[in-house]
Amino acid sequence: MAELGSHIATRSLPLSGVHGGSSMVRLEPAAPASRISLRVRAEDVPALSSALGVDLPVKPKTSAYANGRTALWLGPDEWLVIDEGESGLMTAAANSGVLHSATDVSHRNTAILVSGPGAAAAINAGCSQDLSLDVFPVGACSRTLFGKVEIVLLRTAEDAFRVEVWRSFSDYAFGLLSEGARDAAL
Amino acid sequence: MLLIHCPYCEEDRSELEFRWAGEAHIARPENIAAISDEEFAEFFFLRNNEKGLTYERWRHIHGCGRFFNAARDTISDRFLMTYKAGLPKQPVPVAEEFAAIAEEKSVETWEQTEGDAR
Ligand SMILES: [Zn+2]
Repeated sequence: MAELGSHIATRSLPLSGVHGGSSMVRLEPAAPASRISLRVRAEDVPALSSALGVDLPVKPKTSAYANGRTALWLGPDEWLVIDEGESGLMTAAANSGVLHSATDVSHRNTAILVSGPGAAAAINAGCSQDLSLDVFPVGACSRTLFGKVEIVLLRTAEDAFRVEVWRSFSDYAFGLLSEGARDAAL
Repeated sequence: MLLIHCPYCEEDRSELEFRWAGEAHIARPENIAAISDEEFAEFFFLRNNEKGLTYERWRHIHGCGRFFNAARDTISDRFLMTYKAGLPKQPVPVAEEFAAIAEEKSVETWEQTEGDAR
């Protein structure tokens, strides 16, 4: 029988050890996070908001942050909730006592942090959305396309974005962001 | 690149985020088991394939994920309006109609050679 204990496999992140960017853009993999994909009817949004400790935003393209959790509006009844810690997101949602659908997608997604004065330009290398500050302000978020892959984009500061991407697409996303970062420095 | 207005995101987005989803406002028969094969074929297979103004379903698949309805000109590819799913067929605003007609005059098209599919 196999000996357990010291032989337990260590978790490896899809982008562990990678780094990139240019003089204008910094690219780094985000720390592991907990995430749920959440579907809730409009009348049950308050119950889920109080159960999760963060107000689910109901305005398109907006996000909300509280208690270490970020709730991103993806659609009229759909949110991505990200917790930077080892959270009990699924348990919290289950305790809401109202009808909803929550799926743990912590390991489906990974994230790339894009920052620096050329951050928007690097993302625009593969994304057609207007990322000017008046149209896509700090806190704005959107599911969209980056090159050939779907991403969820969140602006965390004037010159910083979080790019949520499916883990199997993360090499592609990082590669295209690296190209964009180089172009942004030309 | 076309910009399409998503009635749920309340914003113009690139066509890349959208997917076409067929003709709009096709009502499913109340009692589908009771209709004849011909009526079923009419409902299920046959589409108008209009030249000019057409009503279609589109989906903001790489955005909010929602299906919605669009009035589109198949000659110029211009979107005349979009509105939420579930609403009845909406009249196209007059200003949009004039703009489409003006545009059509400058668009070269194949003459319609096929009749009504129905
Ligand atoms: Zn939308």
